Amino acid sequence: MKKTIPLMIVILGGIVWVLWVFVPHRLLQDVFYYDFYVPWIRAMSPFGMLLGVISLCMMHTAKIRRKAPKWQYSFFFFAGFIITALAGFIGGTQKGGLYMWLFENMQMPMSATMFALLAFYMASAAYKAFRARSAEATVLLVAAIVVMLAQVPLGVKISKYLPDISQWILDVPNLASKRGILLGVGLGSVATTLKILLGIERSYLGGD
Amino acid sequence: MSFELFSNLVGAFFTLCIFSFLYKDNPFYQMSEQLLVGISLGYSVVLTYERAFIPFFVQPIFLKHQWILIIPSIIGIFYLFRFSRKYSWLSRYPIAFSMMGVGASVPLAMHNSILVQMRQAMVPIENINLLLIFIGTIAVLLYFFFSKAHTGAYGKFVDIGKWYMMVGFGASFGLTVMARISLLIGRIQFLVNDVIKAIFN
Repeated sequence: MKKTIPLMIVILGGIVWVLWVFVPHRLLQDVFYYDFYVPWIRAMSPFGMLLGVISLCMMHTAKIRRKAPKWQYSFFFFAGFIITALAGFIGGTQKGGLYMWLFENMQMPMSATMFALLAFYMASAAYKAFRARSAEATVLLVAAIVVMLAQVPLGVKISKYLPDISQWILDVPNLASKRGILLGVGLGSVATTLKILLGIERSYLGGD
Repeated sequence: MSFELFSNLVGAFFTLCIFSFLYKDNPFYQMSEQLLVGISLGYSVVLTYERAFIPFFVQPIFLKHQWILIIPSIIGIFYLFRFSRKYSWLSRYPIAFSMMGVGASVPLAMHNSILVQMRQAMVPIENINLLLIFIGTIAVLLYFFFSKAHTGAYGKFVDIGKWYMMVGFGASFGLTVMARISLLIGRIQFLVNDVIKAIFN
């Protein structure tokens, strides 16, 4: 009841899914997929979100209660969450309301800046890699610099061949390495999925 | 002060708060970081309610009277038993129901990641570039094959795969840096054009 039935659901349901890919029968394509699985998984999905919300709120509540380091900032989390959720539920999600204002003038600038910050940290990582002075790091950086320079007008001014070299890097060695990695990832994911289907891999069910 | 300028000033304030992390970790950054998480969560909750809860739960059950959907809803509620020590095993049911889909990923991953890539790799070697791609693909694949020691002539060939990957990672690194820099340019343009120029005009 605790582990066997969920395991049987995964194994038997997984086999039906394998059949769904290969068998074009109405029973699988329409009855199983459209009438059963899609509406059922959609009805379940909002509760998954609820689990995440409760989990995050519990984590911040515990942080405040225990007065953990930087606990004061958890109030900002609750303020942001409650105000945005109430703005959406009460005021609606249309443009011009508080909900979209918060998204456009707080969430969007902050998340874009977070990603922009990574430009500095990547530059610092590149510097550290260059200091390592290994042949591998040098090749990596040279390829990166060629690709970066080819995308800006300065690159063309340095050499008119730079865009062609960059395109060659992307089309030949980059393609070969990505293809090799993708083939490895594909083989690995098939092996892991088969382990789940055969009941060998059970870590997703958690402990006792 | 116009409402648009006020909105831009709020955006500029939080942009600068996040940028302040470049100096060091500070209360302004901490505040904005937590606000960002809170606002993002509040935004997603409302979107999930509007685009998933109402159309896939409330409307089918209460308007279309598809009472059978009460069963998956109850299974969905089982997610919340994750917080109970005694009944946490119930949360395995919705997880198991979602995991069923891995069955489809066996043939689909086989097709998308293996067969399609192999088909693209097995083309007539008509020029030097196709030969280089072929050698690189084989060398990268063998680099991750650990059942045979990477020594001797085999080791030297496998080593070629490492160089191919370094060039590939470098290209990905370069493209990612450029994407981040364009975001940075966007933020600076916002601060200069929408905020500073608007204040002094």
